[in-house]
Amino acid sequence: MLRLFGPLIAPIVGLGFIAALILAIITASYESEPATAAHEFHLHPKPLHLASDGMLGKFDRQQLQRGFQVYKEVCSACHSARLVAFRDLSEIGFTVPEVKAIAKNWATEVPSVNPETGEPATRKALPSDYIPSPYANETAARAANNNALPPDLSLITKAREGGAPYVHSLLTGYRDPNTYRNEKGEALPADAKPSANLHFNPYYANLNFAMPPPLVADGQVSYADGTKASVDQMAQDVSAFLVWTAEPKLENRHRTGVAVVIFLLIATTLAYFSYQNIWAGRKH
Amino acid sequence: MSFPWAQHYAPKHPVMQWLDQRLPVPRLVYNAVGAGYPVPRNLNYFWNFGVLAGAALGIQIITGIVLAMHYAANGAIAFDSVEQIMRDVNSGWLLRYAHANGASFFFIVVYIHIFRGLFYGSYKAPREMVWLLGVVIFLLMMATAFMGYVLPWGQMSFWGAQVITGFFSAIPVVGDPIRIWLLGGFAPDNAALNRFFSLHYLLPFVIAGVIILHIWALHIPGSNNPTGVDVKGPQDTVPFHPYYTAKDGFGLGVFLTLFALVLFFAPNALGHPDNYIPANPLSTPAHIVPEWYFLPFYAILKAFTFNFLWIPAKLWGVMAMFGSILLLFFLPWIDRSPVRSANYRPKYKWFFWMLVVDVLVLGYLGQAEPTVLVVLGSQVCAAYYFAHFLIILPIISRIERPLPLPNSITESVLHGEKAEAAPFGTQTA
Ligand code: HEC
Ligand code: HEM
Repeated sequence: MLRLFGPLIAPIVGLGFIAALILAIITASYESEPATAAHEFHLHPKPLHLASDGMLGKFDRQQLQRGFQVYKEVCSACHSARLVAFRDLSEIGFTVPEVKAIAKNWATEVPSVNPETGEPATRKALPSDYIPSPYANETAARAANNNALPPDLSLITKAREGGAPYVHSLLTGYRDPNTYRNEKGEALPADAKPSANLHFNPYYANLNFAMPPPLVADGQVSYADGTKASVDQMAQDVSAFLVWTAEPKLENRHRTGVAVVIFLLIATTLAYFSYQNIWAGRKH
Repeated sequence: MSFPWAQHYAPKHPVMQWLDQRLPVPRLVYNAVGAGYPVPRNLNYFWNFGVLAGAALGIQIITGIVLAMHYAANGAIAFDSVEQIMRDVNSGWLLRYAHANGASFFFIVVYIHIFRGLFYGSYKAPREMVWLLGVVIFLLMMATAFMGYVLPWGQMSFWGAQVITGFFSAIPVVGDPIRIWLLGGFAPDNAALNRFFSLHYLLPFVIAGVIILHIWALHIPGSNNPTGVDVKGPQDTVPFHPYYTAKDGFGLGVFLTLFALVLFFAPNALGHPDNYIPANPLSTPAHIVPEWYFLPFYAILKAFTFNFLWIPAKLWGVMAMFGSILLLFFLPWIDRSPVRSANYRPKYKWFFWMLVVDVLVLGYLGQAEPTVLVVLGSQVCAAYYFAHFLIILPIISRIERPLPLPNSITESVLHGEKAEAAPFGTQTA
């Protein structure tokens, strides 16, 4: 069967593909699309070096705690971190009483049920609760943000191209659209300027970002460890914190990885010598 | 099984003798991957990749079964259950990263395995059935990986499922009803997620079954080799064990080391960030791309922009995408050159490497933003892909003058060193 039909069907259908492609090539119009403003003005993230980078990277717990403070005092007004439980904060160096206090004093309470009436109610958070959203639901969140939706930040450094450097650049990247010049010295075209309630930020894909600049003044938070809270420092710290929220097992992964790779290198070397030994003197 | 000089299983221990008479499983193993399977002595490292593919399947099945103990196939909680695995399950991050990157490494290994076959003519007589079963495995792998990628229910999971099942709606008249029937709804949802999970669990075991047939079919003629010349006698072969078990052991070590480097130090490098955003039917990602191992086929799909012969471009694209793989089923009858190894085929060798480059470029174009140049590039490369098999191969297999073949494997290996010519395995060092 195959011997009979194979050589017939395949070429006919396949040559059809080739013909369709050649016709597509011939009939296409080759005007190049005009470059968009997003194309001309969009910037790639600035480099950001964190202690957790690289094969042996570890978290800088001091920095994560500072980053948590920025998240708590600034970002949590709009962003949830629903995959992070308060108890997880003990992993970045908070003591159990500190964790309890953080949960209890959290600005938003968590949903619950009134034990007497069964009506929906709220209560103070416990260490076992996850970091709640400041808004009751998506509609409320959009209503408070000019119809934009602040995304949950738990996974944000893994859910965006560019990761932590992107978040850092975004937070420090707001510019005045009227005076901004790109690398070629060009000013922003009028139709690319942000409309009301949008903010020009060349690190954001379409340049017009609905998040108002959250970090605006040095000293916006006061760090307990004495680090100077410059805007750039706060942005770095919160980016480092968001690396941890996205990948809390990173240190464990690096440590296990080093051990596994060392083990495999030794095992592979031994396997190589046993292979050479078995084949010794035999040409192949 | 294959050659008269194959060593015979002769259990010495009474328990093994007892077992051999009642259920000869050890004999089966001995003949399949033990000293009872004679293999050409001149195999190079490209012959490691079959065993590596088997190892990759093993890794997927073991990590997958444990993942399935924690995963919840329900649209409302699937995403969170995967995050739960990453955060709260003991070593869950390891399982999940091993499984996700294991799929990529499985495809890397299988692609090298397939191109090995193309280079050394392993698809030719008498190994056509081995090749055909291999293409079946490849198709099953693609289906498995596609459905697996849907399970974490991120944005790319959802929109990937939307796009791929959308292929069916290209079929005239019955297309849309088929698509809705396959999905169990108008768009991917709980029904689709559940059936994908069910099939994702099933198909790897089907693959394992087809692999057994693949190896069975291979053991009838025995393995091909880098010269492509048939085995002529005992001096041309060595017993699989210990010679190739030792070599495969080393190959496995190298493979696992590379796998570990990616798994532990860049576990998200091969994935797409959007899949860390929960599925949202109301928000379409800026551009939807499949996993890297589907990109060449995706580029072929998108290359068709012309409604040719009353068939809409989209349908051409879908047919060509499937056709590009189904074509491989015909390869043993398309390439009529009697010479197997490209080492002795001066013209074919060039076109082989052209095909490798063509497929790599298609892969690059598959993920690029569809500018005018990218579309043109994928059209040229897609046309070349089909031309390679349907025009170039039939012509060169006719006009090419092959180089002189060695008389035997041993001759090619020994270059006249007589002392070595005693059969391996019967020698003691
Ligand atoms: C006043 C509310 C508000 C505050 C405070 C706020 N954000 Fe946002 N954020 C938003 C909104 C609204 C969006 C959605 C913007 C859009 O879709 O254009 C957003 C989006 C983001 C994004 C996603 C950008 C993308 O690529 O989609 C990141 C990252 C982010 N915010 C980080 C932060 C960090 C870190 C802080 C604290 C330093 C913070 N935000 C404080 C309102 C806020
Ligand atoms: C041919 C072998 C297999 C391939 C190629 C494969 C491929 C994949 C892929 C690509 C994913 C998505 C990974 C991600 O992005 O997170 C996945 C997920 C998954 N697979 Fe598999 N798989 C295979 C075998 C199996 C088996 C045998 C099982 C179980 C019996 C299994 C269970 C799962 C589960 C539960 C998930 C979802 C969890 C997750 O996303 O990590 N897989 N698979």
